[in-house]
Amino acid sequence: MPEKVPDIQPDPPVEIRQILDGDVMAGARLIRCIEAGDPAAAQMLGKLYSHAGNAFVIGITGPPGAGKSTLINSLITMFRKKQFTVGVVAVDPSSRKTGGAVLGDRVRMQAHAGDKGVFIRSMAARGAAGGLARAAKDTCLVLDAMGYEIIIVEPVGSGQADLEITTLVHSLGLVAIPGTGDGIQAVKAGLLEAADLFIVNKTDLPGAASEMMTLEHLVQQRSLEPDTWQPPVVGTCARTGEGVDRLADLFLDHRQFMKDHQVLEKIQTAQAGEYFNTLVRQMVMDRIDPWIDRQVAAFLDTAAQKAAVAADPYQAARKLADRLTRFLAEPDSEVF
Amino acid sequence: METLNKIRVLVAKPGLDGHDKGAKIVALALRDAGMEVIYSGLHQTLDQIMSTAVQESVDVIGLSIMSGAHLPICEKLTAMIKEQGLDNVHLVVGGVIPNQDVQVLRKMGVAAVFPGGTSFDTIVSGINGLFQ
Amino acid sequence: MGVARYIKDEKGAITEVVYQSGMKIKPGYGPQDLADAGFSYETDLGEPGEFPFTRSLHPQGYRSRAWTTRQYTGFGTPEQTNERFKLMIANGQNGLNVAFDLPTQMGYDSDHPLAEGEVGRVGMAVDSLKDFLTAFDGIPLDRIGSGLTINAVASIMMAMYQALGETKGFDRTKISCTPQNDILKEMIGRGAWIFPVEHGVRLVGDSIAYAVKELPRSNPVSICGYHIRESGATPAQEIAYAFEIARAYIDTVAQRGIDPSDFVGRFSFNFNVYGNLWEQVAKFRAARKIWAQMLKEDYGVTDKKKLFLRGLFGGGGSGLTKEQPENNIMRGAFYALGAALSGAQTTALCSFDEAYTIPTPRSALLSLKTLELLMDEVGLRDTVDPLAGSYFIETLTLEMADKIKEEMAWVKEMGGIVSGISDGMIQKKVSQQAYEFEKGLQSGEYKKVGKTPGKEDEGADVELHQYNAAWAKSSKDSLAAVKRTRHEKAVADTLRALEKAAKGKDNVMPPLVECCKAFATVGEMADVFRQVFGEWQEPIFY
Repeated sequence: MPEKVPDIQPDPPVEIRQILDGDVMAGARLIRCIEAGDPAAAQMLGKLYSHAGNAFVIGITGPPGAGKSTLINSLITMFRKKQFTVGVVAVDPSSRKTGGAVLGDRVRMQAHAGDKGVFIRSMAARGAAGGLARAAKDTCLVLDAMGYEIIIVEPVGSGQADLEITTLVHSLGLVAIPGTGDGIQAVKAGLLEAADLFIVNKTDLPGAASEMMTLEHLVQQRSLEPDTWQPPVVGTCARTGEGVDRLADLFLDHRQFMKDHQVLEKIQTAQAGEYFNTLVRQMVMDRIDPWIDRQVAAFLDTAAQKAAVAADPYQAARKLADRLTRFLAEPDSEVF
Repeated sequence: METLNKIRVLVAKPGLDGHDKGAKIVALALRDAGMEVIYSGLHQTLDQIMSTAVQESVDVIGLSIMSGAHLPICEKLTAMIKEQGLDNVHLVVGGVIPNQDVQVLRKMGVAAVFPGGTSFDTIVSGINGLFQ
Repeated sequence: MGVARYIKDEKGAITEVVYQSGMKIKPGYGPQDLADAGFSYETDLGEPGEFPFTRSLHPQGYRSRAWTTRQYTGFGTPEQTNERFKLMIANGQNGLNVAFDLPTQMGYDSDHPLAEGEVGRVGMAVDSLKDFLTAFDGIPLDRIGSGLTINAVASIMMAMYQALGETKGFDRTKISCTPQNDILKEMIGRGAWIFPVEHGVRLVGDSIAYAVKELPRSNPVSICGYHIRESGATPAQEIAYAFEIARAYIDTVAQRGIDPSDFVGRFSFNFNVYGNLWEQVAKFRAARKIWAQMLKEDYGVTDKKKLFLRGLFGGGGSGLTKEQPENNIMRGAFYALGAALSGAQTTALCSFDEAYTIPTPRSALLSLKTLELLMDEVGLRDTVDPLAGSYFIETLTLEMADKIKEEMAWVKEMGGIVSGISDGMIQKKVSQQAYEFEKGLQSGEYKKVGKTPGKEDEGADVELHQYNAAWAKSSKDSLAAVKRTRHEKAVADTLRALEKAAKGKDNVMPPLVECCKAFATVGEMADVFRQVFGEWQEPIFY
């Protein structure tokens, strides 16, 4: 595990009870500890796990400039009107050069800062693949255990809207803006299959109607089995809130549909399995990563092997990899 | 090794003043110093700033105040920080701050004061210094 | 050195100079440069006072009339502001430039919780017509025009000014006010916005449409490249974005069926004189030309006087330093020189202590005297556009025009300025530049005299304008007295009429004037707009 910087460590891990009671400061601090890679926080997550699973997790994905944050801001308002409590996880990119980040999505949602029924958390992607912060999943778990009924996740808006988010959410909305060919891009990126709702935002722009028609056409081309959810295409103007009420209803409809058709449970089970797989993978990698580094360094220590790498790195790598995996399978054997 | 534990800073613009150039460029400088910066946007009430600081569990609240109202604002905010038990959160202030007010602010509990013209290096090392 | 980029060789000789707007400067210029640039006296310059007005709006420049000086004034209570107004007028100032406090700018009354600690701080507090009556007491409104530095609630203040004039016995056709009324620049730079962008633009449109008919001597909008520049824009961007903002306002008024020729003559601008001297001169000369061409080509305006780029070219605050504040006096003089060489119609200077505080009477007068000195002692009234024909200045003016047009084209590509501001694209570009510039200043790449890179400011003792908490009390008491004595029914009726207009398509100005006359407060009127329009959500900053 990476070393912590003890001085910036928030208070010692909080009580489980505080989280389950929805204590905002306790929840926020736990998330902070998770991000910092604190092992005690990971243990606490384990204890929270059985208390979670009640929240409806929504993802809003789409290219940069599609107005995702503004849309989420309006969605929060709509869900609050319907008496739901709402948690938001907004992920922004980290600077490759410095590792720092400006987390700006929140600016659009700041009108909700005083609302006790809304918890917004900004998160830096920190180089995690797919733009979804490593800790986003665990953050959702905390918000879920705290009792937020709807959780909205905004991944980094990358050119290729990312699919990783599907392992995290129950319902995925894909935002496109008119006149950009986003719909076509979505097909190429494989999002057509993954999205449950298609949102054409900025309907005040020219070309909105034709963008919606294109998307509807693409959606209808999907071969649908009976009793499966037909993804609707909805137009919104996030700035004015137009169409967002309907969008909120459609998300809730989707949840109802999944419940009625026992899909929600299946998704949750599948996601749990996938997450377990990820956890194992990550833990193993955390442990063997430095070991691999050491072995590679040792391998390069002799002139002969260095020459072999220079001559044919593919062959040399295959040889070392074979040895390493053999050692992992039979720890009594020698690496070299 | 890249540390997972980064300093989280809320750069906030309290009150009605809308001059945000300073707040924005400092946010960018802190980013480039490897910190994670949450920017509040303009016209924030102290309640909004507090609730944002709690939800984002920041280590530092950095206020940018250009209107001259830094004394009343900081007096209130330091009291709120104490009252809500945000013991680990440091308050720092920048903007149009006359020399004679720096000590007054420090006595109130403001951890560092960065008057207009303070270099990025000084701000960054000042914030880093709060955690050493 | 300066705000331009200077590259030097090992001996310290300058090998390369690049201005902020992107022009590379040669060591020397000659006739060939003008020939290469395809310079033509007739089309690029024209005679002074003739299209495209590159040289001057008037054939004789300052000979026929020196510039108007308009120092930014106003603080504390209306009584104090009145006193300062009279001091400035007695010292030769011929126009007022009114500063409002933040609660007023943001549409809150002095007794609003959000106003706490801010009442009267950065300008005067105005809650109702009563405050205007006090502040402008004894001011000849038919002779002295007033700039009103207010934007989000500019429509309210313009209505208030009309109510003031009519109450004091000045016909509305005789009074002249110039509210800034530029909400789009607030969204780029100064941050005093309230309503969502389309409603903000609608209010600007309403006030322009109203002024065209009802307030013939007033200039209903003053587009502020100034603040865009202060936020980090280059001189070329300052002009380009201001013109694109003007385009947005022209379009919104034109959509009501009013011919642009009927109102563009009433637009004025507020530009910044900060930066390299030559770049400033080239900027203003190019700007006069581009504005006239834009109106002629895009809007079919033909009347000569309506093609004028009118406005205030004033010394910029961001050039000032906290270090060695007396240097700011000299800086101000050189900015003023730049303004005079550029043919500024109206001008003002930031006072030398503005990096610290609200100007004291001494520093405000010093600025005024600096401006007077240029006109009356140095010789800037002698001849029109004295730099015309300089190989360097003419080449630079042509290059500057190209840079401005490039930026205007970029805005168009984004779908216009309103969309660029809504999405935060303009703000992003400008803040990124501000950041880069500040880094350059700190590393010594750019230079300001008195500032040493790597060395912290020790601070200097200057006289401070002290905030007095008693102002807030005085404002609140005065507001309470107004609320006790006014006719509540008239207030309620006029506010209802305002709400109706705001919800529909009727111009909000006539009901606003009635509201003001009934002593409805700025906060009450702004609240009507808040309820009907909602509030703007800033775009993401990243």
